[in-house]
Amino acid sequence: MAATRATVAGTVLVLALSACGGGGGADGEAVVAVPADPAKVTGTITVLTNRTDQVQDGTTQKYADEFKKTYPGVTVEFQGLTDYEGEVRIRMSGEDYGDVVLIPGSVDSNQYPQFFAPLGTTEELQPKYDFTDKATVDGKVYGLANIGTANGFVYNRAVWQKAGVTEWPRTPAEFLTALRAIKDKTGSTPYYTNYKDGWPLTNWGSGLGSPSCDVAANDKLAETKEPWAPGTDLNVVDTLLHDIVHTGLSEADPNTTNWENSKNLLGTGEVATMWLGSWAVVQMREAARKAGRDPQDIGFMPFPAQVGGKFCSVVRPDYLFAINKHSKAKEAARAWIDWYISKSGDAQKSLSISALKGAPLPESLKPFEEEKVELVRLGWAKNNLVSQIDKASEVGLSAKDYPQRIVDVARGAAPGDLAGVFADLNKRWAEAQAEIG
Amino acid sequence: MTQRAHVPWLYLLVPLAFLVAFTYVPVVSMVVHSFTDWDGLSRDREFVGAENYVDLFTRPQLFQVFAVSLFYLAGALLQTGLALYFATVLSFGTRLRGLFKGIFFFPYLINGVAIGFVFLYFFQPGGTLDTTLAVFGVQPRLWLGDPDLVNTSLAGVSVWRYAGLNLVLFLGAIQSIPPHLYEAATLDGANRWQQFRHIIVPSIKPIISLCVILAVSGALSVFEIPFIMTGGANNSETFVIQTIKLAFTFNKVGLASAAAVVLLVIVLLVTWLQRTLVPEERVEQS
Repeated sequence: MAATRATVAGTVLVLALSACGGGGGADGEAVVAVPADPAKVTGTITVLTNRTDQVQDGTTQKYADEFKKTYPGVTVEFQGLTDYEGEVRIRMSGEDYGDVVLIPGSVDSNQYPQFFAPLGTTEELQPKYDFTDKATVDGKVYGLANIGTANGFVYNRAVWQKAGVTEWPRTPAEFLTALRAIKDKTGSTPYYTNYKDGWPLTNWGSGLGSPSCDVAANDKLAETKEPWAPGTDLNVVDTLLHDIVHTGLSEADPNTTNWENSKNLLGTGEVATMWLGSWAVVQMREAARKAGRDPQDIGFMPFPAQVGGKFCSVVRPDYLFAINKHSKAKEAARAWIDWYISKSGDAQKSLSISALKGAPLPESLKPFEEEKVELVRLGWAKNNLVSQIDKASEVGLSAKDYPQRIVDVARGAAPGDLAGVFADLNKRWAEAQAEIG
Repeated sequence: MTQRAHVPWLYLLVPLAFLVAFTYVPVVSMVVHSFTDWDGLSRDREFVGAENYVDLFTRPQLFQVFAVSLFYLAGALLQTGLALYFATVLSFGTRLRGLFKGIFFFPYLINGVAIGFVFLYFFQPGGTLDTTLAVFGVQPRLWLGDPDLVNTSLAGVSVWRYAGLNLVLFLGAIQSIPPHLYEAATLDGANRWQQFRHIIVPSIKPIISLCVILAVSGALSVFEIPFIMTGGANNSETFVIQTIKLAFTFNKVGLASAAAVVLLVIVLLVTWLQRTLVPEERVEQS
């Protein structure tokens, strides 16, 4: 027994400390339904969150107090984790990972039943919530998103107007021309990669689905041998990133970029554009306000490509909320998830797209409505397979190395050219796919 | 008497428990992992035999990153030389010796993460280094952005950080040399260089050899400084960073453990080789 326990322990010290968890339970666990009578639910639940800012400024406590008005018997406590992904993943090898958890991105959906309690059946939840297919295993939904994130360029409208660009570019070529105009006429840095921090750069992988306006763009990767073949989404998106950097339209030294400071740069107009999610608009506006500029200068535009005369912007779910299957207060946890998503109003306050079907779009995306941008809610039916191919091939569609390599090649810091990178990515993808698919 | 025999073990109990719990158990489990396909999370994993090792050795590009280690090795040799020079100078009764010792040793006491951030600002375009060099008319460069320069810059940080440790080790050894040896040498007309060459170097040979071993194994397993400063991007990826990525980005904990075992074996091998070529000898000082 001692030997088997030791073998569960990880390479890293922390793993060794926490990795002596028990085995999995029986499959086909009962669904945890939303309690019918709020007065009867009791218990204390711990909610793990990546929003350390909300924990510090008291926002979470306000939600907890508000929640208590409806569910007087439940006390909600929060644990804000800075390195959310890393810490929770390690804690998941034990039993103590809170009652309500945000599912770390690195957990494959077919592993969900090992760790989380089902929140409902597909028939029951799919009509009410978006993105349920991302967490569906055998007809049961294991996680619900609070918000979805649209992908696009956060930009400083004042700078773009100063450069004489008032309309959203409709092709990558028009986009590059616009950036060139910004560089020539305003002295601002047209585009900021955030290469050093890396994670903001990973949004480029989320461009998948925008150029083609295809809901099944992600699922199709499972069957596509060469996802970077000419004309494919990834090819178009990565080529734009490459061309921006290659033609010198991004910052001088990508290796010393700084995410926190990039907000100020965009807020004050020293930087004109960044490719991010719709969640970033609030933060950029806040930075603009602090710098004494007009927060309304910060706008959001879709990827420069049109299908049938319409822009498309892919909407991806943010973290999915789930219940720890070892939780002692599953009912209370389920009540919290339900209340947080449908009653707390958090999605509206953060100017995000609520995952509740039929909820209105936030104010920051009003221009999207006016321009009739199609919000493509990506399907995730085959995501498990895609994720396995992604890891086996070591491509890492959502890892920073992949866009960083394109930036390196574009600025001549790594040998080779874009065609070579695409060929290599295609080859690795095809090999892994042949092995797994 | 038997009670006495237990006493040392009693004192050793706590450190030994720590050593076993935090070093040997993880190493053993790492070796076990290296024979499995564990993804770092799943409750179940399969034994795959030597498959991870076969995978590792059939992908030569995984070992190319050792080229980066050469920069750190060169840096470490430079650092040993510098430390030896300053230790010798300080040992010859320089004024304000304690102060200089403190100044040299101080960087070693600073947290590695803090050092990483300090040097990020230092190397920024228009940062401290560029500004200082501009005084001498040197054009600004992308210290971390230029793929040909980045490893030199990072190795420089490493030298700055660890030179103090070497210096203190050398100084301690030099000060244990009996002063009458110098006296006799001076009487015989030996100059400073000859004293260094024939008294100091032979006396502190074991320490020099220790520093070289630390330098080589350190160069092979560089991690902190490049990981914090560049995250392994832009041609600065080291073997350990690559291993971390295998384990935590691609969930190949089995393969990453195999890589870690291979690194361990390489370091042991290099150490053994070095000990064989330069055998340790007891230094007699009289």
